[in-house]
Amino acid sequence: MNRSSVRDFVVGLFVLAGIAAIVYLSISIGGLTWHKAGGLKLSAAFDETGGLSVRAPVVIAGVRVGEIATISLQNDYRAKVDLELDPTLKLPTDTTASIVTAGVLGDRYIELQPGGDEKLLKSGERITFTESAVILERLIGQLVYGSAKRSTTNNPAATEPAKTK
Amino acid sequence: MGSGSYIALENIRMAYGGRRVFDALSCRFPGGKISVILGGSGLGKSTILRLIGGLVRPQGGRVVVDGEDVSRLSPRGLKTVRRKLGMMFQGGALLDSYTVFDNVALPLREQGGLSEKAIAEAVHEILKAVGVSDADDLLPGEISGGMLRRVALARAIIRKPDVLLCDEPFSGLDPVAIRRIEALLVQINRRLGMTMIVVSHDIHSMMRMADHVVLVLASHVLEGSPGQLRQNEDAEAVEFFSDDLECYQKQGAV
Amino acid sequence: MVNPVSQVGYKAVQLTQDLGSMAAFAVDIVRTSLTRPVRFAAFAREIYKLGVLSLPIICVCGLTVGMVMGLQGHHTLVRFGAQRSLGAVVGLSLIRELGPVLTALLVAGRAGSATAAEIGAMVATEQLNGLRMLSIDPVSLVVKPRAVGMLFVTPLLTGLFIVCGLYGGYLVGVGLLHGDPGSYMSSLRAVVDFHNDIECCMLKSTVFGLLLGLIATYRGYTSAPTSQGVSAATTSCVVISSVTVLLTDYLASALWGV
Repeated sequence: MNRSSVRDFVVGLFVLAGIAAIVYLSISIGGLTWHKAGGLKLSAAFDETGGLSVRAPVVIAGVRVGEIATISLQNDYRAKVDLELDPTLKLPTDTTASIVTAGVLGDRYIELQPGGDEKLLKSGERITFTESAVILERLIGQLVYGSAKRSTTNNPAATEPAKTK
Repeated sequence: MGSGSYIALENIRMAYGGRRVFDALSCRFPGGKISVILGGSGLGKSTILRLIGGLVRPQGGRVVVDGEDVSRLSPRGLKTVRRKLGMMFQGGALLDSYTVFDNVALPLREQGGLSEKAIAEAVHEILKAVGVSDADDLLPGEISGGMLRRVALARAIIRKPDVLLCDEPFSGLDPVAIRRIEALLVQINRRLGMTMIVVSHDIHSMMRMADHVVLVLASHVLEGSPGQLRQNEDAEAVEFFSDDLECYQKQGAV
Repeated sequence: MVNPVSQVGYKAVQLTQDLGSMAAFAVDIVRTSLTRPVRFAAFAREIYKLGVLSLPIICVCGLTVGMVMGLQGHHTLVRFGAQRSLGAVVGLSLIRELGPVLTALLVAGRAGSATAAEIGAMVATEQLNGLRMLSIDPVSLVVKPRAVGMLFVTPLLTGLFIVCGLYGGYLVGVGLLHGDPGSYMSSLRAVVDFHNDIECCMLKSTVFGLLLGLIATYRGYTSAPTSQGVSAATTSCVVISSVTVLLTDYLASALWGV
């Protein structure tokens, strides 16, 4: 029955196209990965994450090498960030992890700067050198306070009105 | 179901969409014979068939088919009883997206247990018996009214039921087509001893083929052989059978 | 004159009865879905009628919606100097909300109404009674392939709608408004997360497919056996499907943040 076999073929195509669309959305855009059981798992502690979110990328020299798995609060009120990285990475033990911003108002992510040590970090270990996120408001506050302070040491009289602010 | 047993409606009380159709209807249909249900339009002839088939339930009374009260059966019980029944609907009621072959093969396929080859043989045999050939791949919308009825008949009898119910099999057909279907029905009855209950408007058909007639009138129901009913002196019956023209002349309309 | 209050009561009772019988119908469909025969051929036929034949309208609407979002999104984002995030805006809206909801509404209008009309016509011409007399369960033969087909087809069409929409946004944002192609895709990728967004999108569209399949077949199956009945079944199918989809979408968002 010719009618039916052409139609069945078209149905098959349609189903494949639909599944392909969903797979494309999931993997290419949604970032679904089959969890490499052997992913390199490291952790790092920060004073301030500044709105870093789970699944944010981990980057070395601008290249994505992994993502943030979880963020939790340690007992000493610092933030513990667990990283899930490419298992083929070789990171020295003096690697630094910094929380940086994409652009001025963009999203936060983590940048790793590998150090020079011969010993390498193994899965489950900690990254010791960390740089917390810079909070813009505090930075501006520091600048204002800092310039106010400098003016006082130069010209005590002129800073009287500034002090009372 | 032997020819001694019968189908009977006992004291049926039936309302349909707010209208009272039957108050205390009782009638019998003898096994192995051709019964015709006659009567004016809208008086409930088709409803009787639906009651027998279990498609509608009465508000009171019993519908006895081969000893069982169909009106009280569970869906599973109904399924079993329906194996003994075949129904030919007005207009055929064939699945309009299935070909003629697939329509007639459907009951056998659903039943299971037969190879495609055996099914094809059975379908072709029955289509030949009803006089339909070379229509296997046609859709119901593509065949004539007379052919449609015959395909519906084929589908209804392919499982060799004990009883065949026909709802207005002759309506809308030309006299030649009517004769053909009539002949088929009589043939099937004589050859297979199948009980038949036919709803019809056509008095002449009835006279030719019926062994037993149930006449549904406005206020009551009369039963008997065709001869008996024609001679019945009941006023409504006489009016039903009388010549139309005579009737109008009596009323002074013509 | 009928007391308006008792009218309300009457309607409420009717509505509850209707919901109850729809639930019973749903149970019936599930029962036939879990029993043989599988009716694969009929299922494939329905996927053709419900899915393949809906492709043109889904793709065209997806593309157009994406293009409109590209235009509108750009006009708004440009005021904040954030036009590089166009991909993210178009993508997120499509994936979380517009994709599942609009696809469901389109499917209800096209495939749902066709199904309700088809089954309604079968009721009117006694085809379903014919099946009953042959000891064939009409729910198994006629309803099951259509309801399950609708359930299956809706998520697939949603995926295709979203992909067309993303492309539409791209066409406008990059092609027409000369945005940067790289940032369209990268902002899209950065903000869309499989677990939060894609999963909930597919979950929503599956639930919608379920509801659409149930409503369309129910309206057809219980329609009055007249041509008026068929048309009433068709229109009520579209109306009820649309309202149900939107309400469910709201409830899902409100209760589960989906």
